[in-house]
Amino acid sequence: MNKKNSWILKNGRIIDPANHIDRTGDLWIRDGRIVEPGSFDPALDETETINLKGLVVAPGLIDMHVHLRQPGNTDAETIRTGTMAAAAGGFTSIVAMPNTSPCADNAATIQYIKEFAAREGVVKVLPSGALSVGRKGEEMSPVGSLKAAGVVALTDDGTCIQSNELMRHVVEYAGNFGIPILEHCEDKFLAGDGVMHEGYWSVLLGMKAIPSAAEEVIVARDIILSRLANWKIHIQHVSSRNSVRMIRSAQADGVRISAEATPHHIALTDVEIKKFDTNYKMNPPLCAEEDRMALIEGLQDGTIAVIATDHAPHTQTAKLVEFDHAPFGIIGLETAVPVALTELYHKNYLSLSQVISKFTVGPATVLGINAGTLSVGAPADVTVIDPDCDYIVDANDFYSKSRNTPFNGYAAKGRTMATFVDGECVFSLLRDSESDDEDAR
Amino acid sequence: MDFQWTKKDLLSLYDLSRDEILHILNTAEEFKKVSQRNVKKVPALRGRTVVNLFVEPSTRTRVSFELAEQRLSADIINMNADVSSFRKGETLLDTLKNIQALQADIVVIRHQATGAPNFLARELNMGVVNAGDGAHSHPTQALLDIFTMREKKGRIEGLNVVIVGDILHSRVARSNAWGLIKLGANVTFAGPATLVPREFEQIGVRVCHNLKDALAEADVINLLRIQLERQQRGYFPSLGEYSRFFGIHPETLRYIKKDALIMHPGPINRGVEIDSAVADGPQSVILEQVTNGLAVRMAVLFLVAGALK
Repeated sequence: MNKKNSWILKNGRIIDPANHIDRTGDLWIRDGRIVEPGSFDPALDETETINLKGLVVAPGLIDMHVHLRQPGNTDAETIRTGTMAAAAGGFTSIVAMPNTSPCADNAATIQYIKEFAAREGVVKVLPSGALSVGRKGEEMSPVGSLKAAGVVALTDDGTCIQSNELMRHVVEYAGNFGIPILEHCEDKFLAGDGVMHEGYWSVLLGMKAIPSAAEEVIVARDIILSRLANWKIHIQHVSSRNSVRMIRSAQADGVRISAEATPHHIALTDVEIKKFDTNYKMNPPLCAEEDRMALIEGLQDGTIAVIATDHAPHTQTAKLVEFDHAPFGIIGLETAVPVALTELYHKNYLSLSQVISKFTVGPATVLGINAGTLSVGAPADVTVIDPDCDYIVDANDFYSKSRNTPFNGYAAKGRTMATFVDGECVFSLLRDSESDDEDAR
Repeated sequence: MDFQWTKKDLLSLYDLSRDEILHILNTAEEFKKVSQRNVKKVPALRGRTVVNLFVEPSTRTRVSFELAEQRLSADIINMNADVSSFRKGETLLDTLKNIQALQADIVVIRHQATGAPNFLARELNMGVVNAGDGAHSHPTQALLDIFTMREKKGRIEGLNVVIVGDILHSRVARSNAWGLIKLGANVTFAGPATLVPREFEQIGVRVCHNLKDALAEADVINLLRIQLERQQRGYFPSLGEYSRFFGIHPETLRYIKKDALIMHPGPINRGVEIDSAVADGPQSVILEQVTNGLAVRMAVLFLVAGALK
């Protein structure tokens, strides 16, 4: 038995939404897997025991939307720093987007990412492959070869196939190979050279704007094509209320469509743009209050099963420019749990179990991967959360190589306290005294 | 009036109080008197350095600022988008930090990117004066428009001001609206629905898509330049059709108030948004706006320089 990946986590509130569990008790981990409590003798094996009284023990969180920037843009993030940020945020599995340089549209690049992640990664990196060659929207990528190389999904994230015909064929072909599609929904003509949401604030500020219709037109198309091909399309970072409405009614009709929302679209609106701070510039842009509330309703009724960060690191040099000239995107791995708990749980929109489901069973189901549960026999990917911890987010504490967050200084309630991957502790804020606690014996 | 100006930047009338706007207008009145003397120069900014950075090209605003700086006895550096630092790929902020290191006091900036002056004001210790950013803000233009209205009409409160044209892309329209509303005027935006979004109603502006209805009670008509580029992007079918439905022609004068002022920030498109007979007619104050612009810019530079440490 390996001491490094065997633990007894005592007295925590174990929340495992996939198994409908929410109870106080002990979680036993042996050799990197969840085991039945009492199934071995801890004294004999000198297993470390941690008392987690007052804390939540959840399945390791999954972020199905992360830009690790490697290969190609390692001044903003690397697989090493990105996975360290993931661990600090409570994520044990992350899906890496393919918009690297070179683009992950081929088996060799996927192989590179996997090898590098195995060597340097702190959490599990699940690569995704491009839908189209070079993400150019012109030719289908080698879908079968990508699957054989180990991708968990296909996406052109950051851009969007404009040809309905090509998209139809990609959906049919991906369905053939059983790989889910993750779609960044954006009609390029409607979006134009916009930099913020089209609405009251863009009109007031005179900013070039992106209408919600740019997203909605493609959501509608994808619903139609998903039905036609009878295959899964997952709508990334849904932002508009009409998109939520369409997805809800398509799901009721049996269309295999799913959706994710980001913490920033749940927490913020376009009023922030008046600060002209490029840490509020992302795509899709922050929308109006009605859109934000529609996302929360979608999370409540299950239309949106996933919270994903769209963690998009950019250097300060790239971001410290005129708003029009700055790249889209913000980082999110280290703020997702505090923001989601503060905005959804503490404002009484979702229960703790519901919030955790959006980070665990939700994405695991969309991706069809064996993760996101605390079932006996499952890999011991475990996240310990203090749901009531008050703290101020300080970007200087981040493990990410980048600092482009709108949540610096955010007053959060709730944070990740420890993260275990295959039973190994990869991040911990737990004080040593807690493991020496009398009660822990 | 016992009022202390404290802002090191002039970014937008949206940020200013009613008292601050009135203080600029009153200060500009004093500087207008200077321009009417034989010796038109005062030493108010002697020893101060002002940088005119026009990333977006401009003629009239640049000339007006430059002359205002000269009449205040400032030292001047002129830069534009062709300067080598931008061509070499230096960022805007780095360029200005270098200029700040030379102990320049104020930068006057014109930029096509909305919010660029706000960004610089936050990052620099120098004073920042916005000479127009994107479709966002052009505070000195709005101040000179309001100055001219007040001079001609004796008041702003209760005036019916109608701004006609491409409101969507106009920093002049937005800046006028923010300033005029704070001073109690009734503001109408008029033009085709593609260029005059209804969202403006939420800031207290009347939106009108029919020119005749819009102009009936107008005390001031401010016309905006219409750009051919907008037609190419599909906002309206042709300049001819625009002129027919939204231009000001001699016949228009029959149904507007006889004492209504006709204004235009320039440069004018004769025969498109305004016919020559109207632009050069007795109701037009277009050239007086230009004269007042000098006084307003002297006032702004004087106040901003006074607020610098």
